[in-house]
Amino acid sequence: MRHLVSTRLWHWINLIAIVILFMSGLNISNAHPYLYWGNWGFAPEQAWLAVPRFPGWMTIPDFYSLAKARDWHLLMALPFAFGLLFVWIAMLWNGHFRRDLATRKREWRWRALKADVVQHLRFDFGHEGGKYNFLQKLAYAGVFGVLLPGMILTGLAISPGMEATLWWLVDVLGGRQSARSIHFLFAWAIFGFFVLHVALVLLTGPIGHLRAMTLGGDHEPTNPPFARPRHENGDSA
Amino acid sequence: MSILMKRRSVLLGSGALMLGACSKVHDSKAGESLFGAVDDWHKGLQRSLTARNALAPEFALEDISPFFRGNGSTDPQNDGYPQQVAEGFANWRFTVGGLVERPLSLTLDQIMRLPQRTQITRHDCVEGWSAIGQWTGPQLSTFLDLAKVKDAANYIVFRCADDYTQGRYYESIDMVDAFHPQTIIAHRLNGEPLPVRNGAPLRARVERQLGYKHAKYLTGVEAVASLDDIGLGKGGYWEDHGGYQWYAGM
Repeated sequence: MRHLVSTRLWHWINLIAIVILFMSGLNISNAHPYLYWGNWGFAPEQAWLAVPRFPGWMTIPDFYSLAKARDWHLLMALPFAFGLLFVWIAMLWNGHFRRDLATRKREWRWRALKADVVQHLRFDFGHEGGKYNFLQKLAYAGVFGVLLPGMILTGLAISPGMEATLWWLVDVLGGRQSARSIHFLFAWAIFGFFVLHVALVLLTGPIGHLRAMTLGGDHEPTNPPFARPRHENGDSA
Repeated sequence: MSILMKRRSVLLGSGALMLGACSKVHDSKAGESLFGAVDDWHKGLQRSLTARNALAPEFALEDISPFFRGNGSTDPQNDGYPQQVAEGFANWRFTVGGLVERPLSLTLDQIMRLPQRTQITRHDCVEGWSAIGQWTGPQLSTFLDLAKVKDAANYIVFRCADDYTQGRYYESIDMVDAFHPQTIIAHRLNGEPLPVRNGAPLRARVERQLGYKHAKYLTGVEAVASLDDIGLGKGGYWEDHGGYQWYAGM
């Protein structure tokens, strides 16, 4: 398990960007904590969701300031968006995508998927040669293909200055307030991925993972102590 | 459990450290100029991806919201404004001054005799909400051409009648937005005279930017070379007193 320098560089820049974007975004949410579908919406009775108020320890800055939160959000939007563009080009260019992230036809078979799920439920994270297993590939596809680019596209769609050019994008997303709702939902989906991602790193040898993602070099994930790998106790899935 | 607890305190600790750092960075001189530059970068990126006169989307009559929310000042009480309301704005004047060859002072009747533009557009508040309304009024470019704005002018400052908590409201845009076809001085909303909460008798529409740029209760516009000597120098009431970005296209 080796990470290319492009992956390692992007990973840490993106972490900083995402944490600040998420926390400043929660501060921005506090300015008008109602979400709507369609193009317009301005009052609670039109909202599909009344968002709870996020406390100071969850937001940047740690007190309510729409202006300062927007400063941080707009600053970090740039490394986030251009970073994703960079890492996608790098992944396609250096073969990381084709080699490690693209799924294979045989992985889409129902039995293979079931075996993968069962293996995960046993906390058995052996990869048997491949860098990532099928479920990991699906998770990365969801993040790289949908959630991260989705944040950029919905962010552009709620910018009135871009709408003269990207009016079709706003239409596809169902209107500006729909784009704003999706922006919010995707942010929490990325947070969900973040929690799962950190939990799995902690369970499978965090020091080795951190070293591999920072300095490069080899690291084979280890199973947590309570894992029940199939080959050890012998029972079949 | 202990590993999780430890992890949690590390997370909280580093989170607190980062929050503290964020506040320090933001309030430093370098931080301030960084965020000013970020506003310029977004403006540069948006402008480079958008044709100069590309239009904000316009909507159909059936898309209009049932109500157009008022925000900020919604019922000014200062300097005789209530009396102007009582008089139906019969004595209201709209001036065009600053770097122009022919300063103007116009009544509402005169403004209504100019060529008009009607547009149904969506208003996006910086807070996040949106409302759709139909606006009617002359293009700002009509006034600037009548007054023969000078080449030295780089910005148009909107002068307003309403005192907000820390002084008179004002805003400014550059000449790209000033001459944009959808930048109008509106006196009607949804076919009716502009309500007080939405800026009667005149308000700006700057359709490719957020709501706080659309100054209400307009008493005039002023062409200037620089924003340094206007208000506290950042180009608008909220820019001066609230820290909002001057370019509000995002």
